[in-house]
Amino acid sequence: MQRIGDAPRTRRLLIGLAVALSVLFLLLPLIAIFAQAFAEGVAIFWNNLSDEYTLAAIGLTLLVTALTIPVNLVFGVFLAWLVTRFEFPGRRLLQTLIDIPFAVSPVVAGLVYLLLYGSSGWVGSWLDGYDIQLMFAWPGIVLVTIFVTCPFVARELIPLMQAQGAGEEEAAVTLGASGWTIFRRVTLPNIKWALLYGVILTNARAVGEFGAVSVVSGSIRGETNTLPLHVELLYQDYNTVGAFTAAALLALIALFTLAAKAGLEWRATRREQFR
Amino acid sequence: MTLSVFLRRSAIASAVTFTLVSGFAAPALAADRELLNSSYDIARELFATVNPEFNVWWQEQHDEDVDIKQSHGGSSKQARAIMQGLRADVVTYNQVTDVNVLAEKGLVAEDWQQQFPNNASPYYSTMAFLVREGNPKGIDSWDDLVEDDVEIVFPNPKTSGNGRYTYLAAWAYADQEFDGDQDKIEEFMKKFLGNVKVFDTGGRGATTTFVERNIGDVLLSFESEVNNISKEYGEDDYDVVVPPVSILAEFPVAVVGEYAERNDNTDLARGYLEYLYTEDAQRLLAGFNYRVNDENVQKEFADQFPETELLRVEDVFGGWDQVMDNHFSSGGELDKLQRR
Repeated sequence: MQRIGDAPRTRRLLIGLAVALSVLFLLLPLIAIFAQAFAEGVAIFWNNLSDEYTLAAIGLTLLVTALTIPVNLVFGVFLAWLVTRFEFPGRRLLQTLIDIPFAVSPVVAGLVYLLLYGSSGWVGSWLDGYDIQLMFAWPGIVLVTIFVTCPFVARELIPLMQAQGAGEEEAAVTLGASGWTIFRRVTLPNIKWALLYGVILTNARAVGEFGAVSVVSGSIRGETNTLPLHVELLYQDYNTVGAFTAAALLALIALFTLAAKAGLEWRATRREQFR
Repeated sequence: MTLSVFLRRSAIASAVTFTLVSGFAAPALAADRELLNSSYDIARELFATVNPEFNVWWQEQHDEDVDIKQSHGGSSKQARAIMQGLRADVVTYNQVTDVNVLAEKGLVAEDWQQQFPNNASPYYSTMAFLVREGNPKGIDSWDDLVEDDVEIVFPNPKTSGNGRYTYLAAWAYADQEFDGDQDKIEEFMKKFLGNVKVFDTGGRGATTTFVERNIGDVLLSFESEVNNISKEYGEDDYDVVVPPVSILAEFPVAVVGEYAERNDNTDLARGYLEYLYTEDAQRLLAGFNYRVNDENVQKEFADQFPETELLRVEDVFGGWDQVMDNHFSSGGELDKLQRR
């Protein structure tokens, strides 16, 4: 039987098209970022990179990510465990609710948090009485980032844990293992790679989130300005090289994330083969 | 990799991250006090220049090291952030209305315009034209903008303070030209708005349209901004035209009383705004193409600022409340004019 891709000419055409599109849409922009960042030489690039406000933006972005990942790691595992290992009313509803952060626009998420936790919001005005300020400070940025990224880990784990089923855990129960032991010795080794994959995705999004963060940041330079916000700010300042320097940093993080992801996938398939 | 190795490696990784984070996040120099200035979008460079000078000035007088933090954004968005809890000590805006909003909420003193000289506006500007090199369409004043073959670019008055001032400047010119004849003013304004090629939402967008997309014969914006654009994108490609009559655009400043008090910064906040009126600061401001009131500085920069009759919003329109109600509310004058 002859299929569409079998004729050598068609095949070459299709491959060529795919390569051309990848270069145009993916590779060229990436090269452009680095070309622009180094447009005025390495010294200027370095100057922009070691700028006090750029360093502060890097620091804040790392801080936000470092706080977001553990929270979502625990939350995601807990949620996936709950949804796949237990039967309870509202289980399906809960599974749908997990996707809310994906479904709503990040800007809306930011606004909702602002209206709730801002000094005139329900919770915010109460906190304000104790002189606690969440919005327009780093805790607010961490809050919305956690919200925006919270489905990643759970979404990675749920299908896997559903496919694996509860058989191994039930066997562990019959052998008299305690809940914690089951989780540590049975569940975790099974979901390890998916979990890591979820963390990588969470990391990528937490570093790059713009919309929600921009609403609650208050854009105080050197204090509540994350790296993506810093890119926009520099660009608006007519500092194109600076903007692309910051963008190059973000791109590097993205590339690193992709490499880590590819490495994990490679590892996972190798493990499959050896089984 | 066994699980324990995996866990140990993650622990090491997070420890490294935290060290990095704390290293980066630690402030380079701990100042005695911090002051937060909430300002408009295009003033970043301006305050990046003014703040270190203020620090020196303040240190000489009070022997105290202060750190001025800056927050920039569209000035209406900035005012909204303060209402929702951004604890700025002072505001330095480009719209009187945005300070008024804060005054209505009691965050800024009701008589804020009396608390500092010149209606609490340490510097001011007006609306000017940026035309293509050699001014091929011969645009010198507002009446040249209503010619049939002229295409205008400026931001939408509904969404941008910049666009609002442009609209008001054109109206104020027509009001003077036609001696308050409402029909003739409206006819002029209809032609004026009809010549607008693109209504961007903000000043930066309008600049992109005019400069990078090469649309339109003339870009209307603040005199300060028009000068910056021509400097930034090549003085040989554009000419700046300041019309003989235009509107006075004040850049109001105020202490956000409630937050300054809470931050124990009332004296510092006042001092900061007072500094903007000193001769040194006024010279810096003039360097950014803003007009100032200091007589010495005025003389020094006389060449840079052509003499222009500046009409006041209060005199032509009766005040900002009337302007907002009559012109920019939905169903107001602007909507009527655009319906044709």
